[in-house]
Amino acid sequence: MERIRCLEAIYDELADCAVVTIMGAVAVELYSLGHRPNFFYLEHAMGLASSMGLGIALSQPERKVVVLDGDGSVLMNLGGLTTLARYAPGNLTHIIFDNQSLLSVGGFPTATATGSDLAGIARAAGIASARTLTDLEAFKAAAVEAIRGSELACLVAKVDPVGPKSFHMDLHMLENRFEFQRALRPDPADPQGAPS
Amino acid sequence: MPVSERHSELVYDALAATGVEVVSALPETWLVHLIRLAEDDPGMILVRLAKEEEGVGISAGAHLAGRRSAMLLQNHGLLQSVNGIVSLAQLYKIPLLLLISDRGHLGEPDPWQTEGGRTTRPILDALGIVTDELRDPATVQLQVARAMTLAQASLSPVALLLTRDLMWEALA
Repeated sequence: MERIRCLEAIYDELADCAVVTIMGAVAVELYSLGHRPNFFYLEHAMGLASSMGLGIALSQPERKVVVLDGDGSVLMNLGGLTTLARYAPGNLTHIIFDNQSLLSVGGFPTATATGSDLAGIARAAGIASARTLTDLEAFKAAAVEAIRGSELACLVAKVDPVGPKSFHMDLHMLENRFEFQRALRPDPADPQGAPS
Repeated sequence: MPVSERHSELVYDALAATGVEVVSALPETWLVHLIRLAEDDPGMILVRLAKEEEGVGISAGAHLAGRRSAMLLQNHGLLQSVNGIVSLAQLYKIPLLLLISDRGHLGEPDPWQTEGGRTTRPILDALGIVTDELRDPATVQLQVARAMTLAQASLSPVALLLTRDLMWEALA
């Protein structure tokens, strides 16, 4: 299965969510489908996309939060899975695209290429419903159900190690950051923006 | 336990008075009272971490979602967090209030804390993080308030070192 097809399949479902992606192919492919102010592309700090998602989910329990993660990033912050499990915000969906490689930096294999099972690790961390998906239709159904649902979800999508031809995005990191913050205001018209 | 409950309360109250609603923490001896105070405060979201760097992500998410936050960490937790501080908080202009226990500095009896103590200030300096020391109980509230004001205005990390003089109560 191709990651971009997975992203296409859930693109409409992301319309009202706070979406945090990792850097590299995931960011570029989501961006290529059409940027929205509620999409934040974390262009560094590998491993922390899920921690950011947790911070947003705990701060705004009424908002749906979707983290689009990768095997290389998750492997850098496996402890974070235990923190997600501990607080288990029902408004958070953690999607991990597992292509078994560090694709954006030369395609070197990650530990999932030699058998490490991220869904198994997530389950053992305490996210009981974590599971692996290898088929596009099943992925779409599971992701839509997870996003609409009210329990912390962790979905590992096994995808091919293929990505975009170019990693260029016509969006500065800080432009993205301030636009995203504005989109997350409970009332976007309110210049103060913070919950009371 | 000779960690000062009274001064921990002072620091916690000062923190809460700045509007902090999210605190991430990883326990260490000097922080136990502060963490318990956060735990017992129904108005506080306490996130217990597996590793301190996660706290940078939590704070970034909280900030973008409109809530003020702080991190409670040991100076070795600062060492653990350096990549997140640089490649998230500083790269993306995120206010980040760091309350760091100043272990391994003058008066430290534990040999294993001493290397971290030696490097804490140079590392904060190398990162360009504005740093203040909380030492005198009489000025804690003002210092914490000013640190938060600067963090919010500069959209940058600001560090407050919790010194032995403040956190450690001499046995009578």
